[in-house]
Amino acid sequence: MMDQNQLEALIREVVAEVMGTKTGAAPAGLVQDAANAVQKAAAQTQTVIDDIPDDELVDICSHEIRQRILIAHPMDTEMMDRMRQMTNARIGAGRAGSRLNTVTMLTLRANHAQARDSVFSEVDQALLDEMNLFTVKTRCTDKNNYLTRPDMGRRLNDEGRALLEQKCKKHVQAQVYVSDGLSSKAVEANVRDILPAIMSGLESFGISTGTPFFVEYGRVGVMDEISELLDAEVTCVLLGERPGLSTAESMSAYLAYRATIGMPESRRTVVSNIHKDGINSVEAGAYVAEIIRIMLEKKASGVDLSL
Amino acid sequence: MEILSVGIDIGTTTTQLVASRLVIENKASAFTVPRIHIVSKEIIYRSKVYFTPFLNEVDIDGDGVYRILQAEYEAAGLTPDSVATGAVIITGEAARKQNAEMILMRLSSLAGQFVVSTAGPDLESIIAGKGSGACGYSKEHKCTAVNADIGGGTTNIAVYENGETVSCTCIDIGGRQVRVEQGKITYISPSAKRIAEDMQMDLKLGQAADPGKLSRLTDRMAELIFLQMFAPEADPLLEVVKTKSAGAITVPGRDAAVFLSGGVAACVFGNQEEDFPFGDIGVLLGRSIRKNHWFAESKIEHSAEMIRATVVGAGVHLVSISGSTITYSPDLLPLKNVPVLKLTDEEVARWRSGDDGYIADRLRWFSQATDDPVLALGWNGWKSPTFKEIKEMAERVRNVYDTPDLRKLPIILIIEEDMAKSLGQSIRILLPERKLICIDSIGIREGDYVDLGSPIMNGVAIPVVVKTLVMG
Repeated sequence: MMDQNQLEALIREVVAEVMGTKTGAAPAGLVQDAANAVQKAAAQTQTVIDDIPDDELVDICSHEIRQRILIAHPMDTEMMDRMRQMTNARIGAGRAGSRLNTVTMLTLRANHAQARDSVFSEVDQALLDEMNLFTVKTRCTDKNNYLTRPDMGRRLNDEGRALLEQKCKKHVQAQVYVSDGLSSKAVEANVRDILPAIMSGLESFGISTGTPFFVEYGRVGVMDEISELLDAEVTCVLLGERPGLSTAESMSAYLAYRATIGMPESRRTVVSNIHKDGINSVEAGAYVAEIIRIMLEKKASGVDLSL
Repeated sequence: MEILSVGIDIGTTTTQLVASRLVIENKASAFTVPRIHIVSKEIIYRSKVYFTPFLNEVDIDGDGVYRILQAEYEAAGLTPDSVATGAVIITGEAARKQNAEMILMRLSSLAGQFVVSTAGPDLESIIAGKGSGACGYSKEHKCTAVNADIGGGTTNIAVYENGETVSCTCIDIGGRQVRVEQGKITYISPSAKRIAEDMQMDLKLGQAADPGKLSRLTDRMAELIFLQMFAPEADPLLEVVKTKSAGAITVPGRDAAVFLSGGVAACVFGNQEEDFPFGDIGVLLGRSIRKNHWFAESKIEHSAEMIRATVVGAGVHLVSISGSTITYSPDLLPLKNVPVLKLTDEEVARWRSGDDGYIADRLRWFSQATDDPVLALGWNGWKSPTFKEIKEMAERVRNVYDTPDLRKLPIILIIEEDMAKSLGQSIRILLPERKLICIDSIGIREGDYVDLGSPIMNGVAIPVVVKTLVMG
């Protein structure tokens, strides 16, 4: 907000221009009146905004706002509505002249902010405790280092290796673990349901499982080192996907049979789009358990495995 | 992949068969959970239309039907093994229990995998409107569409809105209500008799078949058909000619799209020179409908099928595909004609709050009432369940099914929302030895029966036929 002096200077300039006196010698009283009027108007505006009760303010990132049709005069409202129900994409957004409507613009910026937050935030320690997940780190030292050095996110640090050696069951059929990847929000939104669903599915198939844990600053590729270290037959990581503007909560499961460091990416199988508007966490978990069963049976993964 | 589906309709008047090819694909990308859909339905064979052979007024000639269908299987190049799914539907006045049992026995070598079912008048109405395209039209144009399937014995009417069946009914008006042989009237149905009496028309067996006089009768019939669609309260005679056990119609607006199907519809749009080419009043009724003022004032749409609407509806539009995250014991499939006990949302809420005994009782009663060794339990479910909810639900299922008198029953659960795979796996942990089928993405209603086919697409999904049938 401008202070009184700046405001007065600005008004003086404007008044001077209007009165044709380029010298800047506008009458002081006039400037003072104008400044007061502007301040008053600003104060009133301020008051109006404060008057709106919190429960009447809508969250611009909410489902309701996204479902709103902003086209001014749709030819077929009902059809537009039905199309709207079929996708999360920003259709029916309308426009103001050649530009986006204010609501659309603000929503886009808010969603972008959420996406950034999701990348830069940490997974809540309370959740990891609740899920009984201990944490190991990759060679990355902080978020910036993690974002700029993908190679370091593919290898565990020495403490991490030692901790896994010490705490994890080895030579199991399936090792499942969780990693932040590029969205801590995705982990927070899904892990409570998907992890027990997978573990319970594996139990129903009689498949032996390792000790789940959490890898901080983890890229997909670190699963190869983990697979070698723990000698797991199938390794599966549940990892937060790079957030987009439609959701920051999307998780993927990457799986590989006998993963080894340096193996081709084509040996990985992925189940993506796990979030509440995609595949729900429990059903995705049950499906991942089934894939692990098939991988163990066929002894293959990625493009070598047809599902 | 493709599967072959056969529909057979044995009606009061005609017997027909269609074979269709259903193309099934995984519509999801390789990187996510599969989504199996029927992507196209193509009719590859339409049989000739036969008069249904009868031994007497009420009993179908099973050998005659067998010969017809055997010849049609050959003509179509079908073998019983090549057909994955299908339905035999006995409709109209032929739909008597003895007939159904006899047909089931006679056709077992041709259609051993199928269900032979008798369709009550309401289901027949619904199926015909699917075959004629009325249902699909209402969905595509998000409008109301009404289908009148005018056959030999009955006119089956169904109303659709946005692809959903809203209501249906049936009246005893059709092309074979009066039959004519060698210029003489040889048969008058009870309802034709009542209509004639109401018109104070002297109509008797053995009279010469006078096209002018019979046209006056069919004019009245045509008016009644339209009144039944658009103003059922307007004429008390409609109550008289209403088919026994038929439902009531929700009257569509005058701007509703109107579809006509059935044998008589073919006569509405065709140009028959002769008055009695089929030995009945079908052609006259067709002409009467065409010149009726309601016909000109209604928005008549082109039907995809006329006389074959019911059989196409049965053979093509009844099959759906389960969700692709499901759990099942493979040796339990295929299963045919499984009655479904559908729980309401309130009942599910009651169950989830701990009342296992209530659900167990419901199952027991249902099992006794249907006298069936296999039955399914269905409910709507809820979106995005948590794992805790799934686990609790699995325990609830165990509490119900692991009771002494229900222990022999295979657990078959049909849920609308996506939760079947995790629920199935959780039940398996609790009851590892129990035969189990747990599928989702299938909407069912109270009183439905389902067929569960053999798994398709590497076992990812199973074909399901949901039938709202009245047996016997």
